[in-house]
Amino acid sequence: MDKPILAAVDSGDTAWMLAATALVLLMTPALGLFYGGLVRAKNTLNTYMMCLAAIAVATVTWALVGYSFAFDQGNGFIGGFGYAVLHNVSFEPRDGSTIPHLLFMAFQGTFCIITVALVSGAVVERMRFSAFLVFAALWSVLVYAVLAHWAFGPGWLLENGTLDFAGGVPVEMGSGFSALAAALVVGARKDYGRQALLPHNAVYVLLGAGLLWFGWFGFNGGSGFSTGNSSVLAFTNTLLCPASTLVVWFLLDAFRDRQVTAIGAATAIIVGCVLITPAGGFISPAWAMALGGLGAVPSYAVVVWRPRTKVDETLDVLAAHGVAGMTGILFTGFFAQLAWNGVSDGLLYGDAGQLGWQALAAIAAPTYAFTVTFVLLRAIALVMPLRATEPEEALGMDIVHHGEEAYATGEGAILVSPEAGVEDEVPVANPI
Amino acid sequence: MSVKLVIGIVRPEKANDVLEALYRAEVRGLSISRVQGHGGELDRVETYRGTTVKMGLADKVRFEIAVSEPFVEPTIAALCKGGQTGEVGDGKIFVVPLERVIRIRTGETDHGAVTPVRG
Repeated sequence: MDKPILAAVDSGDTAWMLAATALVLLMTPALGLFYGGLVRAKNTLNTYMMCLAAIAVATVTWALVGYSFAFDQGNGFIGGFGYAVLHNVSFEPRDGSTIPHLLFMAFQGTFCIITVALVSGAVVERMRFSAFLVFAALWSVLVYAVLAHWAFGPGWLLENGTLDFAGGVPVEMGSGFSALAAALVVGARKDYGRQALLPHNAVYVLLGAGLLWFGWFGFNGGSGFSTGNSSVLAFTNTLLCPASTLVVWFLLDAFRDRQVTAIGAATAIIVGCVLITPAGGFISPAWAMALGGLGAVPSYAVVVWRPRTKVDETLDVLAAHGVAGMTGILFTGFFAQLAWNGVSDGLLYGDAGQLGWQALAAIAAPTYAFTVTFVLLRAIALVMPLRATEPEEALGMDIVHHGEEAYATGEGAILVSPEAGVEDEVPVANPI
Repeated sequence: MSVKLVIGIVRPEKANDVLEALYRAEVRGLSISRVQGHGGELDRVETYRGTTVKMGLADKVRFEIAVSEPFVEPTIAALCKGGQTGEVGDGKIFVVPLERVIRIRTGETDHGAVTPVRG
């Protein structure tokens, strides 16, 4: 390295944030595995593809306008067009940061991607792929970017001191309550409540949850935008909190059914990571462990209760993300500690006002996410059907929307030469 | 009393409906297996990278139900009720005579072997 061109950029911070960005991106394919294992075999690819579609669509919308709406000055509600198409986003750091602005944009972009992918969990196994693509594009701008502006950009929650370390507002409550609205508008799967609709591969679910946890170290650990104390605290809390959640989830499972379930454990990992997301760099390690244990209870209750309702919020995004995100935001209002975070105290350490702003975020974000998602999907439904027909649902989304199967055997497959068109078949592969 | 084997080949997504209909008809003893077959339905075209194929075989579920004479018609009715969508590809039912049936646990034969144990 010859002479430093930009004195404000710290090489150590930048190195970590480059790695953290890649870690967060990994979470979306990991979510594809997690979700893909939870659905039936005939919908595996479609479910995974919704996560990949989030990477495709949300990255483009983020670079075009999403980042600008989230992080440009604008007003308290939404940013302006100052950074549209990444105009003025280059190597100089943003104010108060020590990493290149371009890297900051990429890191935040991976948050937008995973959040869009999370919402798909509410509508898998019946939503049309093309309708989801349109929804993903509009939702990433109208809901995610706006909520990110409130909590991370110079928006009204941040300006008033709401503590949200890594995205309890835009990512967790944003996805969870949007998922509820999406499940209500798209409607239940045709067999929901009539037949047992079971996960087809628990190992995918466990592998996906493990990789999500791994990526979450970048998600929370990178949200200090440095290698400083807040990042180290958030990183360590990302180990402690989900571990406590797992222990309590084991106990709750054992108490309910006398058996500790694997898919329950995978869910507990997600819930624990979500709980610590808003609180990561703000609470002590001991309180992080308490949060993991206590916060398991409301999410567990919603996971058990939701399938008894008519709402086919298929993969429980509300319980795992919405409810746990809200729990984490409120917990931060009680137990944030100036001695650990250097920013603010919570109610327990003498600042009751902090809890007030946390509570306001816990009301405003779900209300906005639910309302806008509900209206947005109703509007899309005016232009195109949101869901597949019943016979298509029976056949499975993989064949209907992608013309592929996750577990094709090749038995009975007749090779069609690409040039000759479908009509002229060449019976080479597995002639019967 | 004669004993028949009723073989029903149905859509996999209708298998649960068929099970429910059989249960309601009080037909209790059955085996199922996943099979692939070809009927009159249109082939599906699938593409894997550069390879395009016509899938000539569709997944089906085969029910094998050994019943005594009075249960043949109720079993057929249940298979039709549970398995029907009205589209091509709903499947077939075959009824064949059985020479002997033996229950392994007790050595009972024929009618006794296909009559569910009470209790």
